[in-house]
Amino acid sequence: MELLQLIIGGLANGCIYGLVALGFVMIYKASEGVNFAQGDMMMLGAFIALGFGNSDEMGLPFFIAVILAMVLMFGIGWGVERVVVRRIFGQPQFALVILTIALGFVFRFVAGSIWGYTPLVLETPFAGQNLRGGGIVISLADLVTIGVTLVLTIALWAFFAFTKIGLAAQAASQNQMAAYIVGVPVMRINSLIWGLSGAVATVAGVLYATRGAIDPNIGLLGIKAFAAAVIGGLGSLPGALLGGLIIGVVEPVAGRYAPGELAKMSPYIIMLIVLVTRPGGLFSQIQMKKV
Amino acid sequence: MRVVFKTSYNRDIDLHEHGQSRGKIALLAAIMIALPFLVGDYYLAEAANTLIWALAGMGLMVAVGHTGQVSLGHAAFLAIGAYADSALMNAGLPFVISFPVAGLITGLFGALIAVPAVRMSGIYLAIATLAVFAIVEELVILLEPITGGVGGIMAPSITILGISFDRYGALDHFYWLCLAIVALVTWGYANLMRSPTGRSFLAVRDSEVSARALGINVTRTRALAFGLSSGVTGLAGALMGHYIGFFNYELFSIFISINLLLVVTIGGLGFIQGAFLGAILITAVPQLISIMRDNLVSVGIDLSGIPGLDTMIFSLILIGFIIYEPTGLYGRWLKIRTWFEIFPLARKDMFRRQKSYLKTERMR
Repeated sequence: MELLQLIIGGLANGCIYGLVALGFVMIYKASEGVNFAQGDMMMLGAFIALGFGNSDEMGLPFFIAVILAMVLMFGIGWGVERVVVRRIFGQPQFALVILTIALGFVFRFVAGSIWGYTPLVLETPFAGQNLRGGGIVISLADLVTIGVTLVLTIALWAFFAFTKIGLAAQAASQNQMAAYIVGVPVMRINSLIWGLSGAVATVAGVLYATRGAIDPNIGLLGIKAFAAAVIGGLGSLPGALLGGLIIGVVEPVAGRYAPGELAKMSPYIIMLIVLVTRPGGLFSQIQMKKV
Repeated sequence: MRVVFKTSYNRDIDLHEHGQSRGKIALLAAIMIALPFLVGDYYLAEAANTLIWALAGMGLMVAVGHTGQVSLGHAAFLAIGAYADSALMNAGLPFVISFPVAGLITGLFGALIAVPAVRMSGIYLAIATLAVFAIVEELVILLEPITGGVGGIMAPSITILGISFDRYGALDHFYWLCLAIVALVTWGYANLMRSPTGRSFLAVRDSEVSARALGINVTRTRALAFGLSSGVTGLAGALMGHYIGFFNYELFSIFISINLLLVVTIGGLGFIQGAFLGAILITAVPQLISIMRDNLVSVGIDLSGIPGLDTMIFSLILIGFIIYEPTGLYGRWLKIRTWFEIFPLARKDMFRRQKSYLKTERMR
């Protein structure tokens, strides 16, 4: 029973890792770059939702606040691509890595100056509500997290697999010049994807905030999300979710049955094992070119 | 405009292009050696700190600047170096032995990591090193008998041949020790870069395919570069431990890794001089900020209430450099120097950056 309880809590946690991982798998899929500020975008999204929704701030109804936050974060993601990331278009990937790390610190500073560094709680309609059955307790927040994550993953997967824009984004990452030749507006697609990943980060942030207090340093969770995406295979959306779930479940279970520090290390150990045995991740996207 | 006639191969691969640059280095060395007689204790300590950062920066430069392997986890190697050195000295070994052994241990650890890491490229390596950093951070807490756990340990005072090199008791000696080590490593590094091994690093960085076609064992080269890089960083870590005196795992946070990346990027990727310029910047800017803060307080603006301002300013500097001057401070200096050297002939597009269209890494 206890194990089952741990696993359910872990699944919900893993969904959040998965969602953050989704955000940067999207950017990887579209521009072959990794946005190391994804965790901080999640943090910023959560704080913006808090700013719109909490009764002592603007006091809007929860769902309107979340949607407004998503729209605003879409704008921020779009803007970051337009103003900063586009300037290094055509530079080595390494430049983007350093640039986004620095951007993450800027986001953290902005959130810290507006909302302070003391943990705050987002007011949600499903706080403190639990479902009981068969000796286990499932909080409504966990169920919502799992449900929203599943829907979002499927929607994003369909977006990349079937829509014109999604296919264009994949083309842009596989061969930029060829994409230009067939008429894909590579830069505009990049902006759009950055905006979308900002919105996805907001969802992740709000779901994270339903499960506890938030402060500007929760963005460091992004590191675990990287591990999740790498375990799943960078560039694979279902892989990112699976990686997130694996980490989410292993962490509390290891924390219960193994010495304390091992639990904190477990995501990275799993990731290194995966990298050594299957360098492309579980859902490897690396293919050999057929000549 | 100076024209250097190279009459032999040895002349061509000489460390110094002409006698004047040899003279400049000698002058710089003389000033650095005389520094304890010129400035007070406070600035001397800062100078020692800068030298240690430059050493760590050179370590990272081998990997990032010269082999093209981005590492986000070099703080882990600093930590391993510092703890290994202090633990060995606490076990009774003299500094002369413990210091190189600490570097060796770190280098071996780095090479060990490099074995799986070299199979990855670009982003994967960056994330893997980040994971290694996270693991080492927890290991430090776990290995309490050696590392003192959360409480931290005291770095023993250095004594060589009966002469004290204590950081507080004999600061000028400690400074000279740092200077000697940095000078030795720099000399070795500069020579390495003109040897076949160093050239193969560059080849691997610029094009893996052509490096392989030239008969370079890419895997071995990468592992060697990463091992060397972590070894030198470990040496810097050992010195940093002595410089700080009393440290725990918090000294080697993720921010140190980022600061190190800052050192090499702002200084100038692919230039040894860049590591030094970056180190000067990273140690000088916090001082400047605190001076600026004091001055602003006197005109009525109080910035002390804003936490994290230093990191913010560093981040903005970094973003500015990535966008406007990816070759860093040294690259900018080279451009200015060239402009003067060829004076009326400089053209606007002489240093235009080569842009490339991206192709996926996922298709091999």
